[in-house]
Amino acid sequence: MDFALNEEQQQIRELVHDLCLERVEPRAAAIDESGEFPWDIKDLFAKHDILAIPFTPDYGGVSGSALTLLVAIEEISRFCVTSSLILSVQSLGSLPIWLGGTDEQKRKYLPLLARGEQLAAFALTESGSGSDAGGMRTRAIKRGDTYVMNGSKTFITGGSVADTVVVFARTDQDGDTPARDISAFVVEKTMPGFKVGKLEKKMGIRGSPTAQLFFEDMPVPAANRLGKEGEGFKLAMEVLDHSRPAIAAQALGIAEGAFDLARRYAGERRQFGKPIMEFQGIQFMLADMATQIEAARALTYAAGDALDHDRPGITAGSSMAKLFASDTAMRVTTDAVQILGGYGYLRDFPAERMMRDAKITQIYEGTNEIQRLVIAREVLKEKA
Amino acid sequence: MDLSLTPEQQEIRKLVRDFAEREVKPRADAIDHSGEFPRDLVERAAELGLLGILVPEAYGGAGLDHLSFAIFVEEIARYSASTAGILDVHASVGTEPIVLFGTEEQKHRWLPDLAQGRKLAAFALTEPEAGSDAAHLKTTATRQSGGYLLNGSKIFITNAGEAGLYVVMATTRPGSGAEGITAFLVGGDNPGLKVGPRFKKMGLNGSAIAEVHLENCAVAEADRLGDEGQGFRIAMRALDSGRIGISAQAVGLAQGALDDAVAYAKERKQFGKPIAELQTIQNKIADMAVRIRAARWMTWKAAVLCDDGRPFIKEASMAKLFSTDAAMDITLDALQVFGGYGYLEDYPMARRVRDAKACQIYEGTNQVQRVVIARELVRA
Repeated sequence: MDFALNEEQQQIRELVHDLCLERVEPRAAAIDESGEFPWDIKDLFAKHDILAIPFTPDYGGVSGSALTLLVAIEEISRFCVTSSLILSVQSLGSLPIWLGGTDEQKRKYLPLLARGEQLAAFALTESGSGSDAGGMRTRAIKRGDTYVMNGSKTFITGGSVADTVVVFARTDQDGDTPARDISAFVVEKTMPGFKVGKLEKKMGIRGSPTAQLFFEDMPVPAANRLGKEGEGFKLAMEVLDHSRPAIAAQALGIAEGAFDLARRYAGERRQFGKPIMEFQGIQFMLADMATQIEAARALTYAAGDALDHDRPGITAGSSMAKLFASDTAMRVTTDAVQILGGYGYLRDFPAERMMRDAKITQIYEGTNEIQRLVIAREVLKEKA
Repeated sequence: MDLSLTPEQQEIRKLVRDFAEREVKPRADAIDHSGEFPRDLVERAAELGLLGILVPEAYGGAGLDHLSFAIFVEEIARYSASTAGILDVHASVGTEPIVLFGTEEQKHRWLPDLAQGRKLAAFALTEPEAGSDAAHLKTTATRQSGGYLLNGSKIFITNAGEAGLYVVMATTRPGSGAEGITAFLVGGDNPGLKVGPRFKKMGLNGSAIAEVHLENCAVAEADRLGDEGQGFRIAMRALDSGRIGISAQAVGLAQGALDDAVAYAKERKQFGKPIAELQTIQNKIADMAVRIRAARWMTWKAAVLCDDGRPFIKEASMAKLFSTDAAMDITLDALQVFGGYGYLEDYPMARRVRDAKACQIYEGTNQVQRVVIARELVRA
């Protein structure tokens, strides 16, 4: 058993860390304040091949290792969660193509995404179907070689800036039959009938646009369907097995960033004649934060290792990592604000932003309540 | 990164799991209820070569790594945490100090007996007034011709009265704190070593825990472990890897509790369906499973770092803290799943709760773990 990162992972960690320290951290507060998508950071990541990490070299990428991607997302998130989403959504939006696409589809889309010339998004959720994704209403009706898509999607991260969006839609002709009739399509923003609705105002991850998407009699070539008709729901679930560890990595990075800040502050801030770090009340908070982070890291990396080695039990392992790391991020960022006291509550320090950003990790890619359902189902199955 | 067990480690897991299911599980309730020391199980573990799991083959042991050791302790603790505690204390803090710090002569003299179970080992550091603050222990070791005379009292000594060897910490320079502490190997048959009555405890029944009194206890120079003044370091090093064992014990306790809770939840019907179909039960099961998984990874990581000769103090403390807190919560939640039945001593659920509490206390309370972790964080 070996818990160490390999050379590639260590190098990428170092590269991403240094780059983010120099170029991303100084931008983080402004990105949050303006709520605008940071195109400069996207270009920076494209230039340094960071957006190519999710992809294997045969499709224009530089890695393709799940664990390597997690390490990169973790490092960016220490400094700016919004920026980390540029990478993780690039991965999320391309995973359906990677997992369910033909070689031709992969060759068409993945190299552009790897180079960062295009951005990807993933559209599953609708206003009426969140946790119950199978209840979606967007429908694609086949007419010869083309599907005609009608409907809308909500909470689509990066939806307004994406060039290609993988959209899940029902392909049955009528009725409310269940998940088996869902199919996945690669939708391009240039397709007639594709419209971006309003951008949501959010508590955190404010520079990451969360969009509503509308499809009005939008023709989608049958060649853009991923896999067979009716295989979409299974594909979406498979994507989530891969993408939930990415949320875990993001949460892990937020927690680490908040912890570093709190530890540094506790070493500098003096009260009662000594650094507050010397008080057991603060020491124990920091010890608990560090221990929770260590546990979250173990689960997150284990999920990456399981994906890279195709180990059994990936669904439960991915959900466990996402659940635990995001709950950890919430607790650790809240404690970090507490350690900074009144200063922690001010926009002048990044602690409060980290706390606002942490909250979303408990919600998206399956709320933590859904993670518990998934985990319980797997555990109950195991012991049968 | 490669988080897989070697074939050898899988083999050990299978061996111990079979032993635990077949021989420990059927005895666990009786051990708890009678409070009798399970000599039969210790002997069987010895026959399987488990007592010398960390002892090099050259001295009659199995020469396995700490990851195998952690697996061993976890699998036993799934069914009987007190039996796991007895074996863990023997194999780690009782035996490892000799493996790590003993002279060739000391190793040859003690390790084969310890590895093969002819002697059980105990570790005597804690005193009535020196618990978390172990550096201020009061037991003295006074030089006399050919050796030392030990005087003082030790408390909370696991395997007391059963052990053939006690690793005893005493001060050779009273008043100089950690720097004055020296470690000694004291035979269980030493006439100056007297064992008090076994404590009645909340849990870990069957594990012999008592006071040990050293009254003009003569120890030969050859039985001093390491140099004078090196004892505190020896003790701390023993506890560092000992924490891997306690962490594994807690993981086993929690896993056993979850296994039983899952089986019960699938059988127990209320409102016309198994309670496993109720979301509140599912949530508990999910949260238990997640913490166990994390605790096990942390335990194994500390073990692997230890085996690779890398720093592992912080990781071992974190594992101990996390796993034992998880075991306390999980054994309580598992009891809750059983409802009123969980409260009855007819089921193992209450025993696990009582046993789990000890894990938060011994080999460094969880408050001391936080002190250790915070110290390492300041240093980083």
